[in-house]
Amino acid sequence: MMIMLDKLSFYWQYPFVQYALIVGVLIALCSSLLGVTLVLKRFSFIGDGLSHVAFGAMAIATAVNLSNRFFLVLPATVLCAVLLLRAGQNTRIKGDAAIAMISVGALAIGYLIMNLFSKSSNLSGDVCATLFGSTSILTLSETEVWLCVVLSVLVIAVFLLFYHKIFAVTFDEDFSTATGVSAKTYNLILAIIIAVVIVLAMNLVGALLISALVIFPALSAMRIFKSFKAVSICSVIVSVACAVMGILISILAGTPVGSTIVAVDIVGFFSFGFVGVFMKGAKTL
Amino acid sequence: MQLVACENLTLGYEGEKVVSDLSFTVHAGDYLCIVGENGSGKSTLMKTLLGLKTQMAGRIEIGGGLENSEIGYLPQQTVVQKDFPASVREVVRSGCLNRSGIRPFYSKAEKQMAEDNMELLGIRMLAKRCYRELSGGQQQRTLLARALCAARKILLLDEPAAGLDPKAAADMYDLIERLNHDGITMIMISHDMEASVKYASHILHIGNQSALFFGTKKDYLESGAGHIYAGLGGAQA
Repeated sequence: MMIMLDKLSFYWQYPFVQYALIVGVLIALCSSLLGVTLVLKRFSFIGDGLSHVAFGAMAIATAVNLSNRFFLVLPATVLCAVLLLRAGQNTRIKGDAAIAMISVGALAIGYLIMNLFSKSSNLSGDVCATLFGSTSILTLSETEVWLCVVLSVLVIAVFLLFYHKIFAVTFDEDFSTATGVSAKTYNLILAIIIAVVIVLAMNLVGALLISALVIFPALSAMRIFKSFKAVSICSVIVSVACAVMGILISILAGTPVGSTIVAVDIVGFFSFGFVGVFMKGAKTL
Repeated sequence: MQLVACENLTLGYEGEKVVSDLSFTVHAGDYLCIVGENGSGKSTLMKTLLGLKTQMAGRIEIGGGLENSEIGYLPQQTVVQKDFPASVREVVRSGCLNRSGIRPFYSKAEKQMAEDNMELLGIRMLAKRCYRELSGGQQQRTLLARALCAARKILLLDEPAAGLDPKAAADMYDLIERLNHDGITMIMISHDMEASVKYASHILHIGNQSALFFGTKKDYLESGAGHIYAGLGGAQA
């Protein structure tokens, strides 16, 4: 135990470890806030789809040597999020198919472009890092951390301000529109903050594992809690706790950060599921 | 007082006509039942009245100082709601959102209104329960309480008794009748002919592509259309 604490306090001196923890907690917080809504709206896979779009945009940005890749990645992802969420019901190609199409398409084009234009000798390593985020959270610069802090604060503020509207629009879009609450506007706001969170999260866990951050905390919370408020609060706590634990474990054990966090999330999910079943059993006894 | 007037409405979606030449009026205190077969355009009509869809032709006039946001709506349940973690109180309160504007929280008056409406519909003791764990009848009452929070003048009900057992359906119809007596105008879609002719004051019967009948219940039962359907439903008023 002492050895572990010593090791942690040794690593804590390094700014990159501090940055990783700050960014990790913020992203876990933001993604779990939105996760509840996304899972309930049957858009669980939008995280995956959009992260592939972000991957594609990142590949293009790398190919044309953009100095700050955020400036291309963020608008491209926001645009796709708006298209997917707004189109939702009234298009020929329905929600899940549209997500699958954009997701696979962006992934393929992204890889193609990386292959054609990459100047790096370690191409598969680059792709792997972008998809699984194996190291990028440990190589954050101070500017990136500040950008992440500002965007997270924005996302949290928007969520708190529109909390009741987001609930109403998620629960029943038709009723909201019919009684004069503009579901379209709130869907647009949601789409934008979802895209922002996903671009942020790509730095932490990489494109492929973003879905896990969105889905697991929300599903875990839903095993036990039964009101929207309780589920939202619980999923935030679960998500932040899992992220902190995952990062610490990955430092101690030398495992990849992204997949370690997701592994902790999976453990969390099954523990909550177990407690949920137990609680139900206790009630019927 | 005339609340809604429709003239020669033509409805449809994606360029395809479903029903044409619908004309009818709704006055304050009316209880209008819209009946007709599946696919005759009943739900499309309701969505058009609510402003969720636009009509292909014709005119809808909302009068009597009625704003679009003063129409309460009881939609059919969606798949999403089947496993939605929400307490009854949260659902009922969300009906108040149309008057809160950009204010991010509910006012005291709005919270009180939600409590009063739960009391009125007899679901106050369920306030903390989870919506998805309620019986069908209790869920419909919850949605009705939410609709009452949104509007106190006119309610549009889309098959309020769909999926309910006979006892719960009868309770639901009694409840709606009580609210109608209290002065809330009702426009209801129903498959249930028996209940329609029992409770409604007016009937709009939509047939194949056009309105078969619009008028009071009494006239309907004496008309040709009424005979066929009331006969089928087994109801003789």
